[in-house]
Amino acid sequence: MKLFENPFGIHERAVAVRNQRLELLAANIANADTPHFKARDLDFQKILTATQPSEMAATNSKHFATGELENPGGIVYRIPYNTAVDGNTVEINVEQAKYGQAAAEYQATLQFLESRIAGIRKALKGE
Amino acid sequence: MIKNIFGIAGTALNAQTIRLNTTASNIANAGSIAPSEAEAFRAKRPVFRALIDQQDLNGGFPTLGGVKVSRIEDSTSPIQKTHDPGNPAADDDGYVYLSNVNEVTEMVEMVAASRSFQNNVEVVNTAKQLMMRTLEISKA
Repeated sequence: MKLFENPFGIHERAVAVRNQRLELLAANIANADTPHFKARDLDFQKILTATQPSEMAATNSKHFATGELENPGGIVYRIPYNTAVDGNTVEINVEQAKYGQAAAEYQATLQFLESRIAGIRKALKGE
Repeated sequence: MIKNIFGIAGTALNAQTIRLNTTASNIANAGSIAPSEAEAFRAKRPVFRALIDQQDLNGGFPTLGGVKVSRIEDSTSPIQKTHDPGNPAADDDGYVYLSNVNEVTEMVEMVAASRSFQNNVEVVNTAKQLMMRTLEISKA
């Protein structure tokens, strides 16, 4: 692990992607009663691999590497299990389950970040 | 940002509140009578629209992806009239015009709106917990 070049590894980007997914799911739940609304979700794999090479170029040795998320390409439409007469594809129970799962995944990513920070702290203190 | 979730869920809370208000108004006016068909009370129903492309602020939070009430429509179901010559609101032929509110539909609508409202409250609660957890990352 390159401790100071990229101290948080994939988790720095992952937390941004997880955040975006939570937002999309919140929008789905908000639009549960909107006619013709199409539920959307994030293809996590796709967006994470797509964001990999978009790192800002570090042209000077003093530049920090950044993990910006500027990719809407991973957004996909949900295929509903059942159809609704008003054209809405939000199935509220499915969305609730996914939102709960996404919240747990977000916390998992936070946990990874926390342990990285704790590890760096430990290394710096040299105890 | 997690704070966007507060904006998105906030728009839904607003929209569902309007839906609850129109339902309350419909139920309150279910027994209204009028002297003509044009003046009779018609059940009101909000029409929701997704905020897909337009960036608004709700209490300082961005609401892209949220929902708003685009318009409130009158129900098109027929107006009933009854013969009641003793009624002070009766027309020249002795007819009064009732509202076209269906109380059963309104009760269903009320429960559905209240459940949707609760869903969005839970969304805000979860987002709040995640935000607090994110703030604590510096204590790791």
